[in-house]
Amino acid sequence: MIDSSLTELRAALDTGKTTSVELATLFLDRIDRLNPDLNAFITVDRERALREAAAADARIARKDAGPLTGIPLAHKDVFCTEGVLTTCGSKMLANFVSPYDAHVVGKLREAGAVMLGKTNMDEFAMGSSNENSHFGATKNPWDVTRIPGGSSGGSAAAVAARMVPLATGTDTGGSVRQPAAMTGVTGIKPTYGTVSRYGMIAYASSFDQAGVFAASAEDCAPVLTAMCGFDPRDSTSLERPGEDYGREIARTPTDPEEPLAGLRIGLPVEFFGEGLADDVRAAIEAALDEYRKLGATTVEVALPNAKLAIPAYYVLAPAEASTNLSRFDGVRYGHRAAEYTDLDDMYRKSRGEGFGAEVKRRILIGTYVLSHGYYDAYYLKAQKLRRLIANDFAAAFEACDVIAGPVSPTTAWKLGAKTDDPVQMYLSDIYTIAINLAGVPGVSLPCGFGTDAMPVGLQLVGNHFDEARLLDVAHRYQQVTDWHRRRPEIAA
Amino acid sequence: MILYKFPRFNSICKHMSLSLDEVRNIASLARIELSDADAEATREKLNGIFGLIEQMQAVVTDGVEPMSHPQETAQRLREDHVTETDRRDDFQRAAPQTEAGLYLVPRVIE
Repeated sequence: MIDSSLTELRAALDTGKTTSVELATLFLDRIDRLNPDLNAFITVDRERALREAAAADARIARKDAGPLTGIPLAHKDVFCTEGVLTTCGSKMLANFVSPYDAHVVGKLREAGAVMLGKTNMDEFAMGSSNENSHFGATKNPWDVTRIPGGSSGGSAAAVAARMVPLATGTDTGGSVRQPAAMTGVTGIKPTYGTVSRYGMIAYASSFDQAGVFAASAEDCAPVLTAMCGFDPRDSTSLERPGEDYGREIARTPTDPEEPLAGLRIGLPVEFFGEGLADDVRAAIEAALDEYRKLGATTVEVALPNAKLAIPAYYVLAPAEASTNLSRFDGVRYGHRAAEYTDLDDMYRKSRGEGFGAEVKRRILIGTYVLSHGYYDAYYLKAQKLRRLIANDFAAAFEACDVIAGPVSPTTAWKLGAKTDDPVQMYLSDIYTIAINLAGVPGVSLPCGFGTDAMPVGLQLVGNHFDEARLLDVAHRYQQVTDWHRRRPEIAA
Repeated sequence: MILYKFPRFNSICKHMSLSLDEVRNIASLARIELSDADAEATREKLNGIFGLIEQMQAVVTDGVEPMSHPQETAQRLREDHVTETDRRDDFQRAAPQTEAGLYLVPRVIE
């Protein structure tokens, strides 16, 4: 049952072969067994999960079930959950019980999905390895001495180890796609503005976007469908009608031998240059060969300014973070220092104690680049580069339908390998960040293993609002390969 | 609003390096206490990061329209009427210290 697809779980629930309570119990027991080794969950709420599961069973019994009714899932701890601890991986919010649900949480609850718990993450979603969590690092299920990627590392590891079939995440600079790649699961970050940010604790608001982890693209589709839709509570939520993101997957291809005939896959030269590990390159090349067999053609494209994505991002995102995180002042919620002399001292000590080292660094960078006299040299300059990078994508999509390349230059590294060197950590996001600057959607799907037997992820990038096609392109590959079905030993 | 002007470097673009005092000033603006022991380590790491950021200066961006946001649409407007219910008690439950519906902070006026 733990390896069942969403379609199979749905059928088992609808035909009475299993119940939502049984499913929730099965996965909760796996969490109990595996979490001491993996540390993928910060909070597990068995009682609440079983209550929601019983309600889902009642819905199923009265034939009122949607695609997700009764299916267990986990939320990244960046999403506010009413009455449940919501820490964002930080000491600052270590005791914060949210008084309301995030949009994503509410939508998935309405759909009848059963929340098993909240997953571990880099503090305030700042990090690429999950080692910045106040609650300790999540371990990679494929090798517990390695990182699972970040910042949504807990969600990715939980799906990889089948502690839960589905999990939500957020992607500001690669935080869904990179951990998906590192743990061998499928993850999608939709177009900016597609999923409401209401109740999603803000890091960098012009980049933050919710996404989904599952074992396959086909399983991601209904979750994304349920999460999307206009929400007046987020000023950047797009006023677009809801979409069925599984509609392309459901389509029967004209030529079943070549279901992707006519598809033009763009290969940016910048994503295949120096710095890409040989084993990752080999896995990506093999995946591209598979795509050619499926009828797609490949064409070289250029993203000449993509190399500036990291420097531009580390101006813009910290600038937005320094503003967003000013709300944590020890007054209305969050950590307050035990001793202080006056109000100002209370702010300084509460923030000094409540934030971890990387969060402080990004607040300091942001404060500096926004300060008087430096705005033009840093913030404005970075915004101009953001325009050039967005223009590069627009030009590339004139010549191709989707862009393909690696997610990460290497497979998952050893815990501790980059914790003392933030610049090396930042550079590991070289292939994911440009996508967030442009606001376009991206998918990561497993496409093989490196020489260290760790998973490799293929990244597919679409033009704005092309999620249904992206998921379909990922799905057709998963129809003819089995990388997405491989499970780490620990999950046996 | 407090405007703090940092001393200008001769060329911000080349090999900029923050001094310990500047790091302390930034931390002060951000209302983050930074111990002397942490200040030097923070300075070193920030300088490494700014080394990376300086790569931006290699590209000429004259005449490029800055992009502040991936969506370039106007903000939505709505009717000016009450849409929220009063949930003060729920929201104050998460506060470190409240009294009679008020958030308590150290005395600011003597």
